[in-house]
Amino acid sequence: MKDRIVGQVKRVNGPVIILKDVTDASMMEMVRIGEQQLIGEVVKLYDGRATVQVYEDATGICPGDNVYGSGLSLSVELGPGLIGTIYDGIQRPLEKLMEASGAFISRGISFPALDHEKKWPFVPKVEVGANLTKGMTLGEVVETERVVHKIMVPPSIDECVVAKIASEGDYTVEEIIATVVLPDGKEQKLTMVQHWPIRVPRPVTERLALKQPLITGLRVIDTLFPISKGGTVAIPGGFGTGKTMTQHSIAQWCDADIIVYIGCGERGNEMTDVLREFPLLIDPRTGQSLMQRTLLIANTSNMPVSAREASIYTGISMAEYYRDQGYHVAIMTDSTSRWAEALRELSGRMEEMPAEEGFPAYLPTRIAQFYERAGFMKCLSGETGSISVIGAVSPPGGDFSEPVTQHTKRFVRCFWALDRALASSRHYPAISWIDSYSEYLTDVQPWWSQHSDGTWQINRQRIMELLQKEVRLQQIVKLVGPDALPDSQNFILEVCSLFKTAFLQQNAFDEVDRFCSVGKQVRMLEIILGYYQKGSEAIAKGVPMVKIRRLKVVQEIARMRLTIENDDLQAFDKLQLRLERSIDQLGGIYED
Amino acid sequence: MRTKEETLLVHTDRHLLSGREYRGTSRIDGPLVYMRNTHPVGYGELVEIIAPDGSHRSGQVLDTSDEAVVVQVYEGTDGLNLPDTGMRFLGEPLTLSVSEQMLGRVMNGLGKSRDGSTLPQGAVEKDVNGEPINPTAREYPRDFIQTGISVIDGLTTLIQGQKVPIFSGNGLDHNKLAAQIARQAKVRKSGADFCIVFAAMGVKYDVARYFIDSFEETGVLDNVALFLSLADDPSIERTITPKTALTLAEYLAFEKGKQVLVIMTDMTNYCEALREIGTMRGEIPSRKGYPGYLYSSLAELYERSGKIAGRGGSITQLPILTMPNDDISHPVPDLTGYITEGQIVFDRSMQARGIYPPINCLPSLSRLMKDGIGEGMTRGDHPHLANQLFASYSHVKDVQNLASVIGEEELTSLDQQYLEFGNFFEHKFVNQSFTEDRSIEQTLDIGWEALSILPSEELQRLSDEEIAEHYGK
Repeated sequence: MKDRIVGQVKRVNGPVIILKDVTDASMMEMVRIGEQQLIGEVVKLYDGRATVQVYEDATGICPGDNVYGSGLSLSVELGPGLIGTIYDGIQRPLEKLMEASGAFISRGISFPALDHEKKWPFVPKVEVGANLTKGMTLGEVVETERVVHKIMVPPSIDECVVAKIASEGDYTVEEIIATVVLPDGKEQKLTMVQHWPIRVPRPVTERLALKQPLITGLRVIDTLFPISKGGTVAIPGGFGTGKTMTQHSIAQWCDADIIVYIGCGERGNEMTDVLREFPLLIDPRTGQSLMQRTLLIANTSNMPVSAREASIYTGISMAEYYRDQGYHVAIMTDSTSRWAEALRELSGRMEEMPAEEGFPAYLPTRIAQFYERAGFMKCLSGETGSISVIGAVSPPGGDFSEPVTQHTKRFVRCFWALDRALASSRHYPAISWIDSYSEYLTDVQPWWSQHSDGTWQINRQRIMELLQKEVRLQQIVKLVGPDALPDSQNFILEVCSLFKTAFLQQNAFDEVDRFCSVGKQVRMLEIILGYYQKGSEAIAKGVPMVKIRRLKVVQEIARMRLTIENDDLQAFDKLQLRLERSIDQLGGIYED
Repeated sequence: MRTKEETLLVHTDRHLLSGREYRGTSRIDGPLVYMRNTHPVGYGELVEIIAPDGSHRSGQVLDTSDEAVVVQVYEGTDGLNLPDTGMRFLGEPLTLSVSEQMLGRVMNGLGKSRDGSTLPQGAVEKDVNGEPINPTAREYPRDFIQTGISVIDGLTTLIQGQKVPIFSGNGLDHNKLAAQIARQAKVRKSGADFCIVFAAMGVKYDVARYFIDSFEETGVLDNVALFLSLADDPSIERTITPKTALTLAEYLAFEKGKQVLVIMTDMTNYCEALREIGTMRGEIPSRKGYPGYLYSSLAELYERSGKIAGRGGSITQLPILTMPNDDISHPVPDLTGYITEGQIVFDRSMQARGIYPPINCLPSLSRLMKDGIGEGMTRGDHPHLANQLFASYSHVKDVQNLASVIGEEELTSLDQQYLEFGNFFEHKFVNQSFTEDRSIEQTLDIGWEALSILPSEELQRLSDEEIAEHYGK
């Protein structure tokens, strides 16, 4: 690869390099610059010149240095061994880099993304003579305890006949596991590895409706603002409002099969936290370590800015690969604002005309292209799989009117707005019930009805109405004080306040509370609404609100999220019984 | 197209050519000098500038092409002219010669002695730009640093290897607080080898003097390396000062195993200097005229803190920045908050009420606190107690707003208890003297004393056992 010189450096301006005497470079081609062999990508071609963005620190590159072409677009390597590995923005394995260059990342080193030495147990699933089309399964490899990795016919082969297939046994990813004959009679040898250009979506058969919710275990999300499998959501919030914590929680407890976590321009210590914590956490559904379903990309804020731009494409390409195998994948990007800023920085260095706040005019197009790669798909193999995208947005100054938040809102259907006032009072997750919305409500409503004896939609609607009423009542209280309200209205404030502490707040560090099952959510909501119902009736009979509020059972409701286990639904029945009895007793005293 | 042999020749030539002196520049603009007709010069190379009076200055290549080279001169361009200014391109990036003997010395932003005395020549040359730490090589910080200041130890706990900025405003006591932290900070579990690296960017002489005096008084001066680039030094020097300081810090922490506290003041001046250069080069600005790469530039500094697995030391950063017009959404504090692991926010009204340190705990945050407190580290009740104090104090703010509308007399008795709690919290828990060094147990006990003002059923974030053990005691 080193021999094909595509041009010479003319000018160096940070991560953007202009080449002269360009012969046969093509757009988006991956190139190597200078004797240090720094990785770059061609982004513009004109008049015998080319603009290249460099994925590593450009120090030391001189005008006159040779640039070598690779003939390939910037691609990811796909095959067994992706799960559990941590990569940088251009899919270099960080652990390998550490072995080679120590604790600090030196320049110009590269490794294949997959371990080419390791042997995987391959089990063939087709026989010689089988007719296969693109995306169909040739065989399987157990990648981790919970993921069976399907080795598929690459999308570049439309149809073929299997001429040879490896027998069951251990193979490295480089060894040939099948030979297929194409319709024109040519033979092609296949290994377990595929390469795919990161900026191109992998093909699917068709997009399906988004009927299933992605259960995250966070009550405020699942009950109030649900997201579908295959859906897209933005989490905007100023610094310190808990974007990363919310994403960590979802990555840990949501019911996706595979998690792709992209740390895009964020803190190094946070990625270390994920690396340290995930292997120790046990998935409540399978009883296995969470690391067995997680792929990590860490391009921290001090790593090169071009690689940050590439990181989200690298991540979603890997996600699509697992979707094609029929898995439900959830992808977290933390944060898309850093990615947009990388675009802005590169655009500025290329001296392009800026649009809003210095961002390039193509920002909305790029955001749309990224989010449209999500969806619930019928894959080429005939199986269904999905990619849900959960993108954090970091608006400057916490101001949601800035370009990245606004454009993202146009292309996502669910919006979980984080609120600074909630975060300051340590109400976590600080998702505002006023500014957030979900357009997936009607899509997932049938599913929820099935899982809640049909009460979910009505109960959700009732609590949302109460929360809206509370906002208006709070305005009155701010003007004239709470004593001016009648008890019936004060009780609404009381119920909403209980709902916030007992239901909306969730402690990510509490063993019981950090994940809330669907059944528990349904029962908790019912109990709080029951409290409102019974309490209102009692107040109508003349019971003072203070008396209801002081009932011991109300304290128990406030703590039920911490004290009652996910599967212990009987405990909720008992609690409900106690609640009804206590309020009835009070009512009995005042009835006469 | 060159052949391989020719390429090799170019490289040997370049090696020979580095060090060759060129005379006559084509343009001088602020801190930038343009020079034509040089040999191919590498991006980011170190440049030695020879002024017409024979003095030497240093600079760095900002932009290089086969037509011209743009060099920024760290000592400023005063006295340079077009025909007689010379330049040598040294073929290597800007390095700092580091040694442990730099502790106890006062240097300028480039790491040269400020008083003219010679610095001991270090054995190791380090690239001041550093390299990013591989995330897999990091060790997650979880050792609690006791600062002796209740509101920090109790509510925004500092962890060894963390970066926490102080968001302050002009005229507030941030220097006093930084000096107090520098004096009192200790890791309780070990007799750690502690030292301080202090970087001053564009601060006034008196401020620098204040720090030197306070280090001297407490006898730690021998353990402090000071890099001063004062208000009357060229503004461009400010862009390199924190990098130089952090280069020494990395050496001390990761090669000598020391626990390094880096105090950097004032980050706003660093950003102003970046804006100045960006504007001078005609770059496309983003918010408030700051360059689009401000986030990356700040990240390259802040991310140089932390711990590396298997190497004893750590770098804890305490950058200080003054928020222009006390505006926390200004680009400098805003971008900083997105990179650092929390923030300590000052409040002008608290200072006006005579509370020191004037820290408003509600917007303040320590992201690494969760793993550094609790049983075995501070005390078992610490996490819930901190949580409860935040929640209760946040309610105090609502009550105060209500009271300003309807008057204190109209408040319910519960809300009046909240006001009393708020008062105690601000004056007894937050407020302490400059010389007061509270242990974490003292801090937590004062916190319980404050919460005991409220009825116990209001304390929903604490467990029954914790209430039974500490409430009202």
